[in-house]
Amino acid sequence: MNKIANRKVICDVLIEHAKTDKDIVVLCSDSRGSASLKPFFEAFPEQSVEAGIAEQDLVGIAAGLASCGKKPFAASPASFLTTRSYEQCKVDCAYSDTNVKLIGISGGISYGALGMSHHSAQDIAAMSAIPNMRVYLPSDRFQTAKLMEALLQDKKCAYIRVGRNPVEDVYTEDNCPFNMNKANFLREGSDAALIACGEMVRPCLDAADLLAADGIHVSVVDMYCVKPLDKEAVIKAATNAKLVLTAEEHSPFGGLGSMVSQVVAANVPVKVINVALPDEPVITGTSKEVFQYYGMTGEGIAKRVKEALL
Amino acid sequence: MKGADEMANLKALAYKLRQDAVDIIMAGGGGHIGGDMSVMEVLTELYFKQMKISPENKDDPDRDRFIMSKGHSMEAFYAVLCQKGFLDLDDVKKRFSQFGSPYIGHPNNKLPGIEMNSGSLGHGLPVAVGMAIAGKMDRRNYRVYVVTGDGELAEGSNWEGFMSGAMYKLDNLCCVIDRNHLQISGPTEDVMALDDLKKKVEAFGWHVLSVDGNDMDALDAAFEDAKKTKGQPTCIIANTTKGKGSSVMENKAEWHHKLPTEEEYRQIIKDLKAKEAELA
Repeated sequence: MNKIANRKVICDVLIEHAKTDKDIVVLCSDSRGSASLKPFFEAFPEQSVEAGIAEQDLVGIAAGLASCGKKPFAASPASFLTTRSYEQCKVDCAYSDTNVKLIGISGGISYGALGMSHHSAQDIAAMSAIPNMRVYLPSDRFQTAKLMEALLQDKKCAYIRVGRNPVEDVYTEDNCPFNMNKANFLREGSDAALIACGEMVRPCLDAADLLAADGIHVSVVDMYCVKPLDKEAVIKAATNAKLVLTAEEHSPFGGLGSMVSQVVAANVPVKVINVALPDEPVITGTSKEVFQYYGMTGEGIAKRVKEALL
Repeated sequence: MKGADEMANLKALAYKLRQDAVDIIMAGGGGHIGGDMSVMEVLTELYFKQMKISPENKDDPDRDRFIMSKGHSMEAFYAVLCQKGFLDLDDVKKRFSQFGSPYIGHPNNKLPGIEMNSGSLGHGLPVAVGMAIAGKMDRRNYRVYVVTGDGELAEGSNWEGFMSGAMYKLDNLCCVIDRNHLQISGPTEDVMALDDLKKKVEAFGWHVLSVDGNDMDALDAAFEDAKKTKGQPTCIIANTTKGKGSSVMENKAEWHHKLPTEEEYRQIIKDLKAKEAELA
């Protein structure tokens, strides 16, 4: 079991680059611990900004820094970053076209038993609806590192959501293909296409293995680039498939499922089912327990595919 | 006497720019005229006396930064940017608020001379804090100016910005509050009371000056004071008159964004021209 959380990888990549790039600035909202960014604040105090528990100020300050040539990475729990400071994300980052990278930590239901106030099950929909905002949900630590490397090279704003806990690897250190804004086909099969983002990619791979044992062969697509969505990959996956299943740690509305459904309906109409969190406060529990309860596991997804193919 | 002549010219210029702003509003069929008039001395002093900014140095990393947080006073800002040479007044008047125009009712940083977009209130101060922190990080000596409205201060994000500005001892930051005491629904003290505003901002750790915001000499002294203040940011409460310059609209809340009739327009321009001539 992998013990390294994606948030720690983000810190490692930023520390490595900050050694030679003095324009990198990390901002937190009393969240340096939960963002695993304490080592950055200790190593580069001159390149760190603490905004306190004030997410609007956090994002506004980041935009001001960016407008003066800095490369700010503003990290805060996804729940607060994408709702409390939503207007700053929209106006100061996307509309003013500033190079702010918004790091939503503890995304989805990472905070489990802390309740709906701390869950971000709406962030994909909210952030994707902002013109000029990009949305990325890396699936594991290796892809997180590759994504960060790519984001350090561009000058546009983006929202990156990662979970709190380490997740099982999808890739390996030596085998993590990455093309910016291009989805990865992890399996290819013609019975169904499973398209997932973030922490739901691994369960889809597990489902593919379970289905293969029953003679059902499915594609698995890692759509870490939710916006801009890799439409070509969606069309390719859906073509000849009897079924498309999307999986995301998000509300059933406005997220990956909605976006994939639009592309499939317009180009290669086929049945689409969405695996997502319910439209209600989720049941109390750890991420693992909650995913288990709602069938957001390899077994649960495999079951949904089999039922839909009957 | 060069200094005195310069100030006299600037005082007159503020009334010329008011006429330009009114003309832009008439051409576009709408605008926030009351706040445009109240803030004009502040903008004139900043753009023609205080700030190191011009079309020639608009990309210079050492240029002073300006954010119009009360973005709805855009017609006043257009008038200043045109006078400064960033934009063409005839083009702005021709296309303001027209279909497909870049000249919209709030700051648009696709246009030269505009650093950041605003419109939604309570955004400018936190962004200005970020710009000022960047200046400190890079050891540049530019200054950052932000103009907010007074009704705007009900937005909590401003107070987050007041906290961080003081926390980071941003003596390169100056926030000007256009304290005209009126907002769209009526007097600020009836809608959401702000006073004692000076004490409030002082309590947040800022150096605060309260001056007549339509008096160019008073503003000039305040900005010079701000530049000399070390270890903390300065807030200038510019006590202004909404609709300043014509009795048609002075201190009348309904002139927040009222479009003058042809008759009112003639009277407003007549009043502004008379004041310009008196000061020139």
